[in-house]
Amino acid sequence: MSEIPGDLKFLKSHEWARAEDDGLVRVGISEHAQEQLGDLVYVELPEVGASVVAGAGTAVVESVKAASDIYSPISGEVVEINELLGDKPETINEDAYGDGWMFLVRPSDRAELDELLDAHDYEALIENEDH
Amino acid sequence: MTEKTVLNATHRALGARMVDFGGWDMPINYGSQIEEHHAVRRDAGMFDVSHMTVIDLHGPRTREFLRHLLANNVDKLKKQGKALYSCMLNERGGVIDDLIVYFFDEAHFRLVVNAGTRAKDLAWITQQAQDFAVEVKERPDFAMIAVQGPNARGKVLDLLNAMDRPRIEALGKFTAAAAQGPRGMPLFIARTGYTGEDGFEIMLPNDDAVALWQALSEAGVAPAGLGARDTLRLEAGMNLYGQDMDDEVSPWEANLGWTIALDEGRDFIGRGPLEAMKAAGVPRVMIGLVLDEKGVLRHGQRVTTANGSGEILSGSFAPTLNKAVAFARIPAGDPGEISVDIRGRELPVRQVKYPFVRDGQPCAGI
Repeated sequence: MSEIPGDLKFLKSHEWARAEDDGLVRVGISEHAQEQLGDLVYVELPEVGASVVAGAGTAVVESVKAASDIYSPISGEVVEINELLGDKPETINEDAYGDGWMFLVRPSDRAELDELLDAHDYEALIENEDH
Repeated sequence: MTEKTVLNATHRALGARMVDFGGWDMPINYGSQIEEHHAVRRDAGMFDVSHMTVIDLHGPRTREFLRHLLANNVDKLKKQGKALYSCMLNERGGVIDDLIVYFFDEAHFRLVVNAGTRAKDLAWITQQAQDFAVEVKERPDFAMIAVQGPNARGKVLDLLNAMDRPRIEALGKFTAAAAQGPRGMPLFIARTGYTGEDGFEIMLPNDDAVALWQALSEAGVAPAGLGARDTLRLEAGMNLYGQDMDDEVSPWEANLGWTIALDEGRDFIGRGPLEAMKAAGVPRVMIGLVLDEKGVLRHGQRVTTANGSGEILSGSFAPTLNKAVAFARIPAGDPGEISVDIRGRELPVRQVKYPFVRDGQPCAGI
């Protein structure tokens, strides 16, 4: 299992959130999630300007075998989406915590970040899942 | 209780992702399903298909029994080792299972049926065999490895006893023969498959399966999981039992009419209803679809046509084509514009003739 970056926060449903220096929050799915899903072939992202609500379905990733809803870890407005995923959804498989990010949110309530799991707790969660 | 094939520990040692498949603990992939798919299209891959059910039929009236049991006609099997694909129907003309039957001699034929239908198939075959005094003997002592791809036959041939090689090299499609593998292990080699590529399906004693798998691996044959097997067979236009047809679906509605032999005077199970359906007009047809837009066609999605709605049967992203393809069952007649409901959005799809892929290449018009 690869190292989970310490600056990430997680939902139990395997989405990560990273608070950037400019106050925005970047969102993606975990390394564990991409491994479980297998080869991704299509990603459906929200539109820029869309409102998102923490815990609500915001995007969809489709692997060869199934479609999965992606929940936003934070509420706010989508200010940017990862256009690269339109042509190269496999970027998520290759670099889930880096180039495979999905969308960037201007949060309406940064306190929501405190509700999320930290890297350590998330690691414990997926270790339990594997057993 | 989940069953395991004799290769289970081998799959796990390779880091396979295991899933429950019809009651069997089987590898869905060994890392990347798409890479495994391409390995079979471009070179050679191998699948553990030991979960499939092998049934030997013995008795002097076996051919007569199979004429009655199967919708295709076993009289097409004249030479030893020849194989035939057929549906086995219930009395309503629905499909109990699809299978391959091999001819050894008049007193011995072999069936290979699906894993998920094992219990009902064995019960049905045993019941029907009574009137013909045919012995029905399951062969759980066999493992089966499918080696598929443009280089598959060559890699298998290299592992055979030199004495056997020319004979197996000359084996025609849908024909099988015995040969000796590494260390003299006894192999039953059929030039059949479920991928749209050339290759062999090899039955062998459980005790030899791990050694053959290792020898194939050393020869450069890539392990491939059931995930890749599913996308390969879909691209190749081959039906999957349970998804594309079942007990309530007739072969006419599953594009399997080509396997129905309505030869004069042969009274096979389900023939009456099949002929009545054909005379009355078959209400539903199975077609091929391509989605040119982004998205993935999946089993159960609603299909809308000018004649009413239908549904996606087998559907998936097709790695060779880099877009989604599917089979759908829709009302008969000119469907007009066809669309599919994907998460509430109606996306236009194109009807195409399938197979979608043959011998590694997309077919014309896909």
